[in-house]
Amino acid sequence: MFQHFIQFVTGAASHALKGSRTYYTWVAFLLCLITYGAWGYAHQYQEGLILTGMRDQVMWGFYIGNFTFMVGVAAAAVVLVIPAYVYHWGPIYEIAIIGELLAISAIVMCLGFVAVDVGRPDRAFHLFPIIGSPNFPRSLLSWDVMVLNMYLILNVAIVSHLLYSAFFGRKPNNNFVVPLVLLSIPAAVSIHTVTAFLYSGLAGRPYWNASILAPRFLASAFCSGPAIILILLQILRKAFGLQIKNEAIWKIAELMAYAIALNLFFLVAEVFKEFYSDTHHLIHTQYLYFGVGEGRGLALYGWTSVVATVIALVLFLVPATRKNFFTLNVGCVLLYIGVYIEKGIGLVIPGLTPDTLGEIYAYTPTAHEVQVAAGIFGLGFLAFTVMIKIAIPVALGQLVYKGDGAGPVSSPDTNDAHGAHVGV
Amino acid sequence: MLTEKPETHSCSGHAGESSPELTDEAAAQKLSMSRRNFMKHSAIVAGAAAAAACSAEDLEKFTTHRLREMTQPEVKALLKRLEADYKKKFKKDVDVRATPAAEGVKFGYALDLSRCIGCRRCVHACVKENNQSRPNPDGDRNNPIQWIKVLEMEKDKGIDLSDANPYYNPEEVPREGHFYMPVQCQQCENPPCVKVCPVQATWKEPDGIVVIDYEWCIGCRYCMVACPYGARRFNWAEPNLPADQVNTNTHVLGNRPRPKGVVEKCTFCIQRTRAGRYPACVEICPVGARKFGNMLDPKSEIRAVLESKRVFILKEDLNTQPKFFYFFGI
Amino acid sequence: MAAAESPQQNPTSRFEPLLRAFLVVPLAIALVGSCQSTPAGKAAIDLPDPSHSGPVNLPPPQSGLPPDPMHGQKEEAKGYAVPKPPLSKEYWPCSDCHNESQPPNRTRRELKDDHTNIHLHHDEANRWCLDCHDAENRDVLHLASGVTITFDESYRLCGQCHGTQFRDWKSGIHGKRTGMWNGDKQYLLCVHCHNPHSPHFKPLKPEAPPVRPNLIR
Repeated sequence: MFQHFIQFVTGAASHALKGSRTYYTWVAFLLCLITYGAWGYAHQYQEGLILTGMRDQVMWGFYIGNFTFMVGVAAAAVVLVIPAYVYHWGPIYEIAIIGELLAISAIVMCLGFVAVDVGRPDRAFHLFPIIGSPNFPRSLLSWDVMVLNMYLILNVAIVSHLLYSAFFGRKPNNNFVVPLVLLSIPAAVSIHTVTAFLYSGLAGRPYWNASILAPRFLASAFCSGPAIILILLQILRKAFGLQIKNEAIWKIAELMAYAIALNLFFLVAEVFKEFYSDTHHLIHTQYLYFGVGEGRGLALYGWTSVVATVIALVLFLVPATRKNFFTLNVGCVLLYIGVYIEKGIGLVIPGLTPDTLGEIYAYTPTAHEVQVAAGIFGLGFLAFTVMIKIAIPVALGQLVYKGDGAGPVSSPDTNDAHGAHVGV
Repeated sequence: MLTEKPETHSCSGHAGESSPELTDEAAAQKLSMSRRNFMKHSAIVAGAAAAAACSAEDLEKFTTHRLREMTQPEVKALLKRLEADYKKKFKKDVDVRATPAAEGVKFGYALDLSRCIGCRRCVHACVKENNQSRPNPDGDRNNPIQWIKVLEMEKDKGIDLSDANPYYNPEEVPREGHFYMPVQCQQCENPPCVKVCPVQATWKEPDGIVVIDYEWCIGCRYCMVACPYGARRFNWAEPNLPADQVNTNTHVLGNRPRPKGVVEKCTFCIQRTRAGRYPACVEICPVGARKFGNMLDPKSEIRAVLESKRVFILKEDLNTQPKFFYFFGI
Repeated sequence: MAAAESPQQNPTSRFEPLLRAFLVVPLAIALVGSCQSTPAGKAAIDLPDPSHSGPVNLPPPQSGLPPDPMHGQKEEAKGYAVPKPPLSKEYWPCSDCHNESQPPNRTRRELKDDHTNIHLHHDEANRWCLDCHDAENRDVLHLASGVTITFDESYRLCGQCHGTQFRDWKSGIHGKRTGMWNGDKQYLLCVHCHNPHSPHFKPLKPEAPPVRPNLIR
């Protein structure tokens, strides 16, 4: 059993190390990005978070914004399994695996962003039970760390089991994997809900203290997550010859149109409430879309987000543009941009500006923050690339265990594209 | 819980606070240590990791647990360790105490807005008394900290935080047509910061003071996000506390010198008030605007204020129940 | 330089001894321990300047103010532990000059020779020196009833008119207390903060503002 495991690992590893020039270039690029980010982080560890643009007035920024966005990606990736199953999009296991690998990568980035944001990473173990003292269940951040890690473990368990079975040519144990897959779906919803609660539970921050925040989080997650997956599916079916029908992609796009519409509707509900009631709390929304005082830098992003999302809605709603892969992909990119702003800086910064005593500090991320974030994105992309490089061939039966002695080898490659386009 | 043997403490000569001269390599080692610590559970493994990668003092910091859970000898050992640290760092004897809350005491504070003239004597007295990080005007990595923020507001507009100015600097105060409102930790009875702390590093003491365990805080700043009064401060860089300016009378949960990367705030001068004295801001105030005392004592000044003046609290709709009251004495 | 500036004041010939009536010039510096004379024209009592005494060096509970060898015990009888009144060493005791050699001149007038640094801005239309200072014994004050009190008890004098402030002062709301919140404390007298001759608070130079976040690197 243990030997099998070793063979699985070595087989997978050796496959991950082999690849085309494009693959190597891409991986090398990511490694450079990671090194660059790690170097920046080492500097930050030494000097402190003073290197960021965050200050006592705006104490969370780019890192936590990215964290929030990535939780959404992690959640949406897995929830996609439902329509994949309902609509028979094709190889359900493969789609589930893609979703779960994306979720794993996103969670890795989430945890990375939290790790670089804390002032005392050496004490991170205080967050965990037994060795630490998690303030569970009172602190939503404690919840979040807990559910994110559980979600990570859950997805790793599912994917490993599916791949391990495929590698050795066995059928996956449905008694094990089906309940876990089913469990991972509410878990996906719950990680994002908990992340929304982390903000909306704070009475002192009226911009966040809205019950619509959690629904908005989910709606926007079902925009950004599938936007990534749509593009990934197109790449992967080219790269691996994955049997994914156009209809499946269009169906996802159609479902996304509903999500975008819902997300915009929630936004309108929120904006109406703020502007019509016209209380002091309005100032945060004003700061996002118009700026207040000298801090006007956010307005450009605020409107970019709205405009990009609206255009994306049109592109996804009209059948002609939805079924045209060029406009579809443009829509995906616009949607990604729109939600990235909305959930990242557009959520965190206006929520903290002006601060609770009315002071306006116009926070902008420093080059240092972008550097560290680049490293984390690099890490997430690398994790995804390597995992998908191994997983898809295994799932497709192209990379299997070839009996005793022979060791694991790649099956004769029937797919020309395989290897040539892997992992972009 | 990780139960720690007192010997571990006593054997330590020193445990440097968040070493500023830390190399990247050491940083990486520390990180890897914390990871191992997470994965494994026992002090034995942590010890092995430390032996392999780290010095004994690092190990000790990892095995330290929350002050609130420490036994008496463990607290003593911690205080000794801190004193040794400070001796090494500042070349002087710093007295670190852990005076507990007294029975039958609930501290309250009141501030007379009709008296305050915005002179900021309290702000700077607080900085000195509480060993806050001083500004470092010509340097990078500046980490100036002030626990009290005095807001200048216009009499025409009344109390309007959106119009408040903490940076006023005229030749003389009070300025015509303005009034002043100092804000510091409100020592809430229902503190949102305590609720949100993911590691229980901050809590409300029996005498009502909200404190922070600087050895346990992970620096996530969620408490700062949750605080409706902007009362908490973060050590964005290594604190700048010149040795000759160290106040050597300290409390472990209060004004002892803090490391980089943790949150701090007003503690009603816990080192003074638990010894029966008034907070520094009360004693320095040249206009007598600041009132302090035991709310459970009917003869205290704070009770007199509460009983004979119409007081208000900031953001009462949030149900934080501050023990910091404002009133207009005239 | 007039104690009372009403034009109807008609200084009489014998004003010399009366000038001495204003011996009790509590000088600002009394609070911080040095006893230089106040330059003429300066308020007789200033705010205590807190910039001279950091919190770490705040007066310990029992010795809030510099000892005044020439005067007074703490007034314990009424239950108010007050520090010594900020009396000037130069002038105190008043009776050094205001004695048998200088019979009191009860005529209300402008003081031209001595005590010229005193500007009376305290209901000066209706009051003058001898409304508070006792004509017969300059080392004490007298209440409206004629009862004389020592300077330690000056709050009783002030309290005659400023009843609400006096009430608040007694309960610790008005004024300042130092020492122990649960034990021995000292009540500053009214005159420690308010110059009795010109009680309105003087403006102060504020201490440095916080550093703006965008300037912190």
